[in-house]
Amino acid sequence: MRRGMPGWRRLKGLIRKESYQIIRDPSSIAIAFVLPAVLLFIFGYGVSLDAKNVPLALVVEQPSPATASLTGDFQDSQWFEPKHFNDIHAAQEALRHRKVMGILWLRSNFTRELFSGGPAPIGLFLNGVDGNTARIVAGYVQGVWGKWLVRYAQSQGREVILPVNVEQRIWFNPEVRSTNFLVPGLIAVIMTLIGALLTSMVVAREWERGTMEALLVTPVRLREILLGKLIPYFVLGMGGQILSVAMAVWLFEVPLRGSLWVLMGVSALFLLAALGMGLLISTVAHNQFVAGQLAIFTTFLPAFILSGFIFDIGSMPGWVQAITHVIAARYFVQVLQSVFLAGDVWPVILVNSVALVIMTAVFMGLVRLRSRKRLE
Amino acid sequence: MFRRIWALVVKEFMALLKDKTSRMTLIIPPLFQLFIFSYAASFDLNQVNYAVYNQDPGIASRELLGYFKGSPAFKLTATLDHLGQVAPAVNEQKVLMVLNIPQDFTRNMLEGRSGQLQVIIDGRNSNTAMVLLGYINTIVTSFSTQWSKDHGWASPPTELKVRTWFNPNLESRWFIVPGIVGLLTLVVALVVTALSVAREREAGTFDQLLVTPLHPAEILIGKALPGIIIGLAEGSLIVFLTVNMFGVPMLGGLGALYLGMGLFIVSAVGLGLMISSIAVTQQQALLGAFLFLVPAVILSGFATPIANMPELVQNLTLLNPLRYFLVIVRSVFLEGAEMSLLLPLYWPMAVIGVVTMVIAGWLFRNRLY
Repeated sequence: MRRGMPGWRRLKGLIRKESYQIIRDPSSIAIAFVLPAVLLFIFGYGVSLDAKNVPLALVVEQPSPATASLTGDFQDSQWFEPKHFNDIHAAQEALRHRKVMGILWLRSNFTRELFSGGPAPIGLFLNGVDGNTARIVAGYVQGVWGKWLVRYAQSQGREVILPVNVEQRIWFNPEVRSTNFLVPGLIAVIMTLIGALLTSMVVAREWERGTMEALLVTPVRLREILLGKLIPYFVLGMGGQILSVAMAVWLFEVPLRGSLWVLMGVSALFLLAALGMGLLISTVAHNQFVAGQLAIFTTFLPAFILSGFIFDIGSMPGWVQAITHVIAARYFVQVLQSVFLAGDVWPVILVNSVALVIMTAVFMGLVRLRSRKRLE
Repeated sequence: MFRRIWALVVKEFMALLKDKTSRMTLIIPPLFQLFIFSYAASFDLNQVNYAVYNQDPGIASRELLGYFKGSPAFKLTATLDHLGQVAPAVNEQKVLMVLNIPQDFTRNMLEGRSGQLQVIIDGRNSNTAMVLLGYINTIVTSFSTQWSKDHGWASPPTELKVRTWFNPNLESRWFIVPGIVGLLTLVVALVVTALSVAREREAGTFDQLLVTPLHPAEILIGKALPGIIIGLAEGSLIVFLTVNMFGVPMLGGLGALYLGMGLFIVSAVGLGLMISSIAVTQQQALLGAFLFLVPAVILSGFATPIANMPELVQNLTLLNPLRYFLVIVRSVFLEGAEMSLLLPLYWPMAVIGVVTMVIAGWLFRNRLY
């Protein structure tokens, strides 16, 4: 107890010093509040995988009531913005110049084949450079075409029966709104940046200026110095997190099906890991310059690509999947997507929380180890 | 004059390369990331875990499930025997999808009616769900076609024949890997430049530089050249590896690619120097670098198409050099585009480069905090 009290006072002193530093250089506050607000705002509105108004060339070589009803369906669809072309060469030129994403080609023999019992061929050309979008567009075309087919057959007194009728149930996000999964994922990416940005330079700065050594000759312990660095930035970071969640729920209308307390608890764990990573960068680098370079390289792109926020981890090769385990954002993304969209799924929450605790412990352990070594 | 600039360039290189950590930072992460990201970043699905709840003892369901088992995209991990097991398996992310086949599946199909196949998909990542749905439809269609043929069903009155240009198998790796070339080149250019002026300002050496006979334009060139040289060197290495290790086809000419890369690096270096000269401390410069880098990557069309963005955001992306470079890299690699076709993409980057350099040079003298 007697040893504990002065320790607490020393810690309070350190926290106060760090807080003054935060208030005097407004960039830390900007990092915690402006960065998430600006980024979430741009991304929440800007990023979407739902193709809409896809420019599609329609080439009808010989118009007839049948072709008119098909092209009419494309005209009415919210997915497409049809552009009419008279011949296939002009349309192909447009495809080559990226003016249109695809071409629907009804040849001159389409109507004749249709009446003689078919199957009448419909050609669909797609620009496959962006394979994912091409696949989505092909799916939309198939959807419009399939509906038309059933209606057309009925109008001819025929019935189209497909051997298998697929009834799809997409759980947690039935209208497949990509904002619902992108915004929670973006929160994880943004919080990774905030955590690393806040702390990656603070220790390096003290080493660079020599104030770290001055601190170490005082009775202050290393543990207290680290805690003194961590606590003020943790408070700032949680502020940023609360802002992000509020924006997700109220601005982007992402449903929050799990409980807010679980969300905040896991966020706190994640933030500790992210801050720990920043401290580690700061300790490994000899100066702010290198710390900054390391932060740019090691935080954003890995969190963006390897966290499962947008690319499915399960489909990556085994050795890449193994690497994703050292990316803290990976665990946070899983929890965020589950808690927002599915609810409190405890097996998912617990496994990932444990992983975050382990990562925090490893980062902090390494920071302590490296800091001691540097004195020798 | 040339010698003065050269002395500054040498000094900048020394600042970047003199210590080991700094040298490693410039070389190791981009190469590692190229390697890892090229394998990681793909929208294609592989070995998706799925479960089957099959109540139908008939042959039709067995044949259909055979199609799924034969596909490399899917991996059967559980066979369920009552409906209550479906929800936990999906909720806990044990499987991404469940195929639910009702009792009367085969009977319906043998009597000329449609069999109902229910697929339950975890929609937490809705893009994965959409891609998965596409895969399922492909498999079901090929099964249906075979069944129609075997059992003498009437064929539908029309058929859709899909052909894709430039990337016939719709491999998203071909789309993503050239994109990574752009991403890493941008990061390298920023890493080299974004902190360089801010560091000298913080250390006070920038004031000293300003009182030397060096003209601000010369300082600007001296600061920009190392970034351009390192950017071009690493960019070339990344392109080389992309072609030779990942087998992405390179249909176009190197001239068209390098003109784009040169202009892109100049614009990225200009942006980096501008950020660096606005900032007073390195912490602020780092913040500035991220405030530019993150939107530049996410709003570049790297993973999510620009065409899907609202008009306002689309207009905003016109200021983003990465947006133009990504189209250039992909067109040159996959479409074999020629320089003349890419002209509308070259000049905006040149404009961004010139404007940001001028602003940076002006700030050298006019921002003495």
